[in-house]
Amino acid sequence: MRCPRAPNAHHKTPLTGVIRRRLQFTIWEFDIMKIGSPKETFAGEARVALTPQSAAQLQKLGYDVAIESGAGAAARFSDDDYREAGAEVIKGAAALWKACDIIIKVRAPEGATELKRVQEGQTLICFIYPAQSEDLLKYLNDKKVTCLAMDMVPRISRAQKMDALSSMANIAGYRAVIEAGNNFGRFFTGQITAAGKVPPAKILVVGAGVAGLAAIGAAQSMGAIVRAFDVRPEVAEQIESMGAEFLFLDFEDSQDSAGSGGYAAPSSPEFREKQLALFREQAPDVDIVITTALIPGRDAPKLWLEDMVKAMKSGSVIVDLAAERGGNCDLTVPNEKIETENGVTIIGYTDFPSRMATQSSQLYSTNLRHMLDDLTPEKDGKPFVNMEDDVIRGALVTHDGEITFPPPPPKVQAIAKAPPKTKEKTPEEIREEEMAAFKAQTKFQVTTLAIGTVLMLLIGSVAPVSFMQHFIVFALACFVGFQVIWNVSHALHTPLMSVTNAISGIIIIGALLQVDSSSSIVTFLAAISVLIATINIVGGFLVTRRMLAMFQKS
Amino acid sequence: MSIGLVTAAYIAASILFILSLGGLSNQESAKRAIYYGIAGMAIAVTFTMFGPGVGQYYIMIPMMLVGAVAGVIVAKRVEMTEMPQLVAALHSFVGLAAVFIGLNADIERGVMEAAREAGTLDELANFAAILAKKTAVEINIMKVEIFLGIFIGAVTFTGSVVAYGKLAGSIDGKPLTLPNRHTINLVAALFCLVLGIAYLADAGIWTMVLMAVIAGFIGWHLIMAIGGADMPVVVSMLNSYSGWAAAAIGFTLGNDLLIVTGALVGASGAILSYIMCRAMNRNFISVILGGFGGTAGPAQEIDGEQIAIDADGVAAALDDADSVIIVPGYGMAVAQAQNSISELTRRLRSKGKEVRFAIHPVAGRLPGHMNVLLAEAKVPYDIVLEMDEINDDFPETDVAIVVGSNDIVNPAAQDDPNSPIAGMPVLEVWKSKQVFVSKRGQGTGYSGIENPLFFKENTRMFYGDAKSSVDSLLQKIAS
Repeated sequence: MRCPRAPNAHHKTPLTGVIRRRLQFTIWEFDIMKIGSPKETFAGEARVALTPQSAAQLQKLGYDVAIESGAGAAARFSDDDYREAGAEVIKGAAALWKACDIIIKVRAPEGATELKRVQEGQTLICFIYPAQSEDLLKYLNDKKVTCLAMDMVPRISRAQKMDALSSMANIAGYRAVIEAGNNFGRFFTGQITAAGKVPPAKILVVGAGVAGLAAIGAAQSMGAIVRAFDVRPEVAEQIESMGAEFLFLDFEDSQDSAGSGGYAAPSSPEFREKQLALFREQAPDVDIVITTALIPGRDAPKLWLEDMVKAMKSGSVIVDLAAERGGNCDLTVPNEKIETENGVTIIGYTDFPSRMATQSSQLYSTNLRHMLDDLTPEKDGKPFVNMEDDVIRGALVTHDGEITFPPPPPKVQAIAKAPPKTKEKTPEEIREEEMAAFKAQTKFQVTTLAIGTVLMLLIGSVAPVSFMQHFIVFALACFVGFQVIWNVSHALHTPLMSVTNAISGIIIIGALLQVDSSSSIVTFLAAISVLIATINIVGGFLVTRRMLAMFQKS
Repeated sequence: MSIGLVTAAYIAASILFILSLGGLSNQESAKRAIYYGIAGMAIAVTFTMFGPGVGQYYIMIPMMLVGAVAGVIVAKRVEMTEMPQLVAALHSFVGLAAVFIGLNADIERGVMEAAREAGTLDELANFAAILAKKTAVEINIMKVEIFLGIFIGAVTFTGSVVAYGKLAGSIDGKPLTLPNRHTINLVAALFCLVLGIAYLADAGIWTMVLMAVIAGFIGWHLIMAIGGADMPVVVSMLNSYSGWAAAAIGFTLGNDLLIVTGALVGASGAILSYIMCRAMNRNFISVILGGFGGTAGPAQEIDGEQIAIDADGVAAALDDADSVIIVPGYGMAVAQAQNSISELTRRLRSKGKEVRFAIHPVAGRLPGHMNVLLAEAKVPYDIVLEMDEINDDFPETDVAIVVGSNDIVNPAAQDDPNSPIAGMPVLEVWKSKQVFVSKRGQGTGYSGIENPLFFKENTRMFYGDAKSSVDSLLQKIAS
C-alpha cells in the first residue's frame, strides 16, 4: 500500500492496475498530506521539530506544513517566521493533531492528554526509544499509527543525513565543554601574562563517539590540553586527527567495532581493570573529565569511580554525558549539578541539546527533512513506506497494525572492517628498490641498444648505400623527434597534434614531384594529393596559431 | 634552381620544423614557434615547386589555391570542441595522399620498365628518369617502401575517417565487436603480406590496389572496435601513422625532408600514445585491439548513497571555501560549459579565492583537449595544472568540483585491485574536504565502471546538464 493513511476505501475495489493507479492519483491530487509539529509538552524541552527553513523545504516535497502557535518560541523561531516560510500556524495542540496527517516531534508523546490526541491512522515521526517503551508502542499500534523512530535510524553511511542521535550527540559534546568551562575557575588555554603564568587546563574525554569527538574539538579549539580514551583502538586515528592525545592501552584483545554497528561492546573484566588503572593514574593530573561512554541497550558502564573523584584536585569538573543512563561516574546525580566534599563539581544534566535549542532544532529538523525526503521518493507529498529500504525499515516501529520492532539487521555493514595494515618501508629497502629500478632501466636501455645495433647491421649488410644514407637521416630524425617531443608541455598536446598535422602535410612535396608525368593517372592522383595536403598545411597551421593565441597568462 | 639549393632549403626546413616542435615546451615560446613551422613549410614548398623536375604549374597552383582556401575556411570555422574531429580528418588526408603517391610511384616504375624494354630510357622525364638510375636491388627496396607507404597510408586513411565519424558523433561511439575480430584482423594482415610478396615478385600494380583496399578495411575495423574514451590514444596513434606514412613515401622518393618530417611526426604521435596509455595504465596493444581487459575478480561492493545537492548548497560551500580545484572532463566539452566555468572561476578569484584546474592526461577526446577549451574560454593557463603537479594538493583543498569526468577521478583505481582500471593514475579529488560532482544522471561513465567517489561521505551530486548547472550556480554567486 502506497499511502499509510488510505483516504478512501478504493484500495479494496478489485480494479485493474492501471485504472486503479489513475484513480489513486486523481483522488490524491486533492488530498495533499499535511505535516504538523506541535509544541513539545515535556517540561523544559526547548527544541522544536520544525524550523522555518525545513518548513520551506518540506513544501518542496509536495506537503502542506503546519505548526502549533508558539511551538518554536523557546528555540527563537516566531510564528511570523513560520508564516513567512509558508507554514500554517494553528492555535492549540488539539487542533493541530486533528488537522495533520503526519506529526513530527522531538520527544515521544507522553501523558494522557497528548496520547489522547493521537489520531487513528496518523503517521508519527519522533524519538521513541522503542526498546524502553513497550506500552507506548502497544498504544500507538492499537491506534494503527505508522510510527518512525528517529533514534532507530541504522548507523550506515547512507543514513547519516538523518542520524538525529549523532546530531544531538554532537551538540551535547560541544555543550559539555561549555558547561565545564562555566564551572571551571580557570582559563582553558595557557597564557603568559604580565600578571604571571597560567597553565593550560587538562581535559580527559572518555569515549570518542560523536559526542566525545565534538567535545575534543571544542576543548581543543579553546586551547586546552586534551587527552582521550576509547575501547575501540580504530578511533585512535580520529582522536589524533582532532589534535588530542590518544591514551593508549596495551591490551591484546582489543575490540573491532565493525560487527556491532560502530558502537562499543562490553569489555572483558581484565580489560576493565587495566582501563580503570589508566584512569586512576590520570585522575590527579586532569582538571576536567567528560565521560561519554555508552553501550547500546545497557546501563552506562561505571568508569569514573568514587576513589578517582576523591583523587582529583579541588575545583575540577566532571561532565557526565551518560547521566540519563545512570552515569559513567559513581557520584553522578542525573539532571543535577553537585559538588563533592573535595570540591569537584559533577554535572549530570541530561538536556544538553535542549540547552542549545536553536542549534539542535535546526539540525534535528534537517534530519527529519531528510527522512521525509527518503519517504517521498516521488516528491508528490505522499509518503511511501518502503519495507525494502534498510533505513526506513530500521526506523519503522509500528505500521499497518503491526509492531515492527525490532527490525532485521541491516543488509549493509555499518563500517568496513579495518583494512590490513601495510608495512612501512625502511630507508634501506627504499634505497634497494631504487637501485633495482636503476639496474633494470640500465639493462633495458643496453638491451634495446644492442638489439637496435644488430638490426642496423643486418639491414646494412643487405641494403645498398643509397638506402643507408636515407636510413641514417631517418634514424637521427626519430631520435631528435623523441628528445624534442618529451619536452612538450602536456597543456599543449592539442596544438602539438595540430601542428604535426600541418607538418605532415609535407607529403605535398612528394605529390609536387609527381605532378609532371607522362601518365595522366599519375598527374590526376598527384593533383588530388596536392589539394588535400594543402588543406592540411594551411588548416593545420592556422588552427594551431588560433589555439596558441588563446593561451593567456593571468 | 639547382638540386644543391633545394637540398639546402630542405636542411633549413628540417631545422625550422624541429624548432617549431621544440618551442611547444611552453605557452609563450609556442606562439613564436608556430611561425618557424610556417616558414619551414613555405621554404620547403617553394623550393620544391621551382626546383628541378617539377612542372605543370597550371594544375598544381590552382589545386594549392583551392586547398589553401579550404584550409582557411576550416581553420576559421572550427569550434574548439570540434578539434578532435578536425585533427582526425586532417590525418585522413595525409593517409590518402600517401596511398596516391605510393601508387603513382609504382605507375612511374611501370612506365620506366616499359621504356627500358623499348630502349627509350633517355626520353623519360622527371620522376621516371630518377627511377631509371636505380639498380635492381634499389628498385626492390623501393617496392618494399611503396608497400609500406600504401599500407600505412590506407590504414591511416580509413582509421581516421572512422575516428572522425566517432568523434563527430555520426558513427556510434560504442565499440563494434564482431565475433573473432582479432582473427579477422590477423587474416587481413596476412593477406596484405601475401599480396606484398606477390608484388615483389612482379605480380603487377593490382596487388597494391587490392592491398590498399584490404588495409583500408583493417583501419576501419580496428578503429570501429575502439570506444569513445580511448579516442585520445587512437587519435595520437593515427597522428603517428600519418608521420610514418610520410616517412615511407620519403624513402620511396628518396626525399630526405619527407623522411625527417615524417619521423618527427611519427615520433611525436608515438610519444603521445605512450603518455595516454600510461595515463590509463593500459598497454598500447590492448587499447588498439579494443575493449577492456578481463577483471581479476568481483569488484568491491559499494555501500552508501549518492546524495544530491542543489545550486544553493554548492554556492554556500563555495562561499566558505578558500581553495577550489575544478576537474573538467569530456562532459564539460559536450555541454559547452567552459565559458560558464570560466566566469565562475573569474568571480571566485575576484573574491580572493584560490581556484585551480586539474587536468588528467586523458581527459577529453584528444590529448590536451581540456587545456585548449579552457584557454578558449579565457581561463589563464597558469592556473590550469596537470595531474602530477596538483594531485598532492587535494588534501589542503576545501572544495573540488568534478565537471563531466568520471573514470579519471575513480578511487577504485587505487583501492580495488579487481577494478578494470586498477592501477590507473587518477586525480585524488576525494581527499579534498568536499567534492561536488556535476553529472547528468546516476549512470556509470563510458567504461561502465561504478565510481565509489559518488558514494563517499564528502561527495555531493549536483545533477543536471553541466552548463545549466553552472549557470544556475552563477546566479547565486554575485560577481
